Amino acid sequence: MTSIPTIPLGHWVSHGVDYLTAHYGASLNAVSHFIHSLISLLEHGLRAVPVLIFIPLVAVLSLLALGWQRPRAWGLALFSLFGLGLVWDLHLWHALIQTLALVLAAELLILIVGIPLGIFAAQSHLAEKILRPILDVMQTMPAFVYLVPAVIFFGLGLVPGVIATTIFALPPLVRLTALGIRQVPAELVEATESFGATWWQLLWKVQIPTALPSIMAGVNQSIMLGLSMVVIASMIGAGGLGNEVLQGITQLDVGKSFVGGISVVILAIIIDRLTQAFGQQRKE
Amino acid sequence: MDQNAAKIEIRHASKVFGREERLALDLLDKGLSKSEVQKRTGVVVGIHDISLNILAGEIFVIMGLSGSGKSTLLRLINRLHEASRGSILVDGVDVTKMKASELRALRRRAFGMVFQNFGLLPQRTVLGNVEFGLEIQGIPRSQRRERAQEVIETVGLQGYEQRYAAELSGGMQQRVGLARALAADPEILLMDEAFSALDPIIRSQLQDDLLEIQDRLNKTIVFVSHDLDEALKLGNRIAILRDGRLIQVGDPQEILSHPADEYVSTFVEGADRSKVLTARDVMQNVRTAANPKDSPRVVLRKMERSGFGGLMVIDNGRRLHGYIDLSAVRSQREKEQLSTDLFRPIPTADANAKLVDLIQIITDKGSPVAVIDARQRVIGVVDKSTILAALAQNDDGPTVEENHADPTPAVAMASVPASQAESSASGS
Ligand SMILES: Nc1ncnc2c1ncn2[C@@H]1O[C@H](COP(=O)(O)OP(=O)(O)O)[C@@H](O)[C@H]1O
Ligand SMILES: [Mg+2]
Repeated sequence: MTSIPTIPLGHWVSHGVDYLTAHYGASLNAVSHFIHSLISLLEHGLRAVPVLIFIPLVAVLSLLALGWQRPRAWGLALFSLFGLGLVWDLHLWHALIQTLALVLAAELLILIVGIPLGIFAAQSHLAEKILRPILDVMQTMPAFVYLVPAVIFFGLGLVPGVIATTIFALPPLVRLTALGIRQVPAELVEATESFGATWWQLLWKVQIPTALPSIMAGVNQSIMLGLSMVVIASMIGAGGLGNEVLQGITQLDVGKSFVGGISVVILAIIIDRLTQAFGQQRKE
Repeated sequence: MDQNAAKIEIRHASKVFGREERLALDLLDKGLSKSEVQKRTGVVVGIHDISLNILAGEIFVIMGLSGSGKSTLLRLINRLHEASRGSILVDGVDVTKMKASELRALRRRAFGMVFQNFGLLPQRTVLGNVEFGLEIQGIPRSQRRERAQEVIETVGLQGYEQRYAAELSGGMQQRVGLARALAADPEILLMDEAFSALDPIIRSQLQDDLLEIQDRLNKTIVFVSHDLDEALKLGNRIAILRDGRLIQVGDPQEILSHPADEYVSTFVEGADRSKVLTARDVMQNVRTAANPKDSPRVVLRKMERSGFGGLMVIDNGRRLHGYIDLSAVRSQREKEQLSTDLFRPIPTADANAKLVDLIQIITDKGSPVAVIDARQRVIGVVDKSTILAALAQNDDGPTVEENHADPTPAVAMASVPASQAESSASGS
């Protein structure tokens, strides 16, 4: 049996990464700087609100978003009060805000990149053909894989955490944006064109508003995926609630892990219900 | 505006869907049918080599079976489809050669379009939908609100301004569609099976409303329909398409009385002719009539000769005095002159009266109807048998033909001067 030579795939990728850091260091720095400012802005903003105002505020927001006449809205409001109260009581408020800032920063980047990509994919068959396999790979690639290049390009800390989260959580928004826009009835698009609308008017006045429920579902899914990255991102120093879980694991402290984990779940449930409510409100 | 000017000229327009456009057009030119072309080239034929003019101020109906190319033809007019060949002129300017910006300007200024499934924005209110076209034009909010409100009243939607489109019934939604199309006061309305999705009563109402609105606004309307009754009711002229080709263009009477081929006749068979044909189309000439100055003896002789048991009484000025029957004349056999007491009233109708209304009169009154012109002069007569004959015929009927061939109502009164008879003849 002759041995087949091993293709040096791993070698090539490493070389590529080296090349990029060597030649695009300046741009990478700029990106890093931008993301860093974004996170600290968000974090400072969130911390500016005292906990005892923050928590009731979330409860009120739940009532507004879901409609105060509905029992479900009151359920969510109560859940927010007790859930967030619990996190605060467990001395995890600081970590929670850090995690929230990270997830929001990543979501902001996801929106900036994902919605235009989704629109592009909806309108061009070629773009769709190119994007589809890339999105498939991004979504099925184990999340850990994103950590290494993120660290190589951006070092340890929050910034690579946000980048890895962004990449990992981007696909559903692109897909659902494209889907929503492609599902706008052809007659509606024709009607709009028949009135002499420009491409831009068609997009803003008809396609995006009509696709909004689908786009909001994409936002919801990507935030949920982002939250699921929190623990993994903490492995490269992103801190926050993920850090609690990670420390619990390394110290074999089940209680600590559990407490961190339950805090992530509480945050996830609140964000999930709120973003869903925003998506559905438009439909009615 | 010149009523007879062509507002839209379609010249040798073809539209085929597929890669092998050239080849498909060549084959079509050689006379191959839509299905043959599709089999050979995979190209789907929308329409081929259609030329026609649509006049300013008319309702022009495009008719044909599903898939015959009606929507395609309509969409070539505002270039929602690009023509594969040929040109489309709107006010003399070729739409197919316009730059994108010119096309947008034309669409904003000249066209309003109404769709089968309404094409309304579900997330907007009625008002929001109606002002949509104006918003696209960049008209300031207060101004477009005001205009939208006006149009909402035109189509009878007042009170519904703040409702969401999806909450309304189909008929109401299509009123919104119509209002949206009218909002920018376009010269041309393009309506693609606009009423086909509605149930018959609502559809009929909207047809009436459209006719009434058209009376006031005098737009050029291109209306696609697969329903012959609708086409006959709305259309000033009708074009009939089959498999992408133009088979016949004509006014409703022409289509009914001279169908161009088998296909059109089959279409026409199902039509409710009584709503289209008018007194003018079916009336008989008054061959024999009594003159008020006739002596009873003369009248009796006229009756004997014609074989009628009664005659209309018409004077030298061809004005109608009434109807007289045999027994009444007999009772006065010895008198010098007919007594006017014997004349019984006879119903009259305008030459444009629809058959359906004549039937009503004839069954109610149990007597024939005299057809009179604007100056109250008799130009013909319609009775039960005339109507039955007209409704029974499937193609060119003898009655219609007779009137076309001989426009002179040959009222058999020796005293009526021929010239007068000629001048009052109202042909088609
Ligand atoms: N966008 C399109 N792509 C391919 N074929 C089309 C398209 N639009 C219409 N056709 C075809 O063109 C023919 C005429 O269609 P259409 O004008 O919609 O007919 P109608 O309105 O009379 O029902 C049909 O055979 C239809 O399948
Ligand atoms: Mg159609």
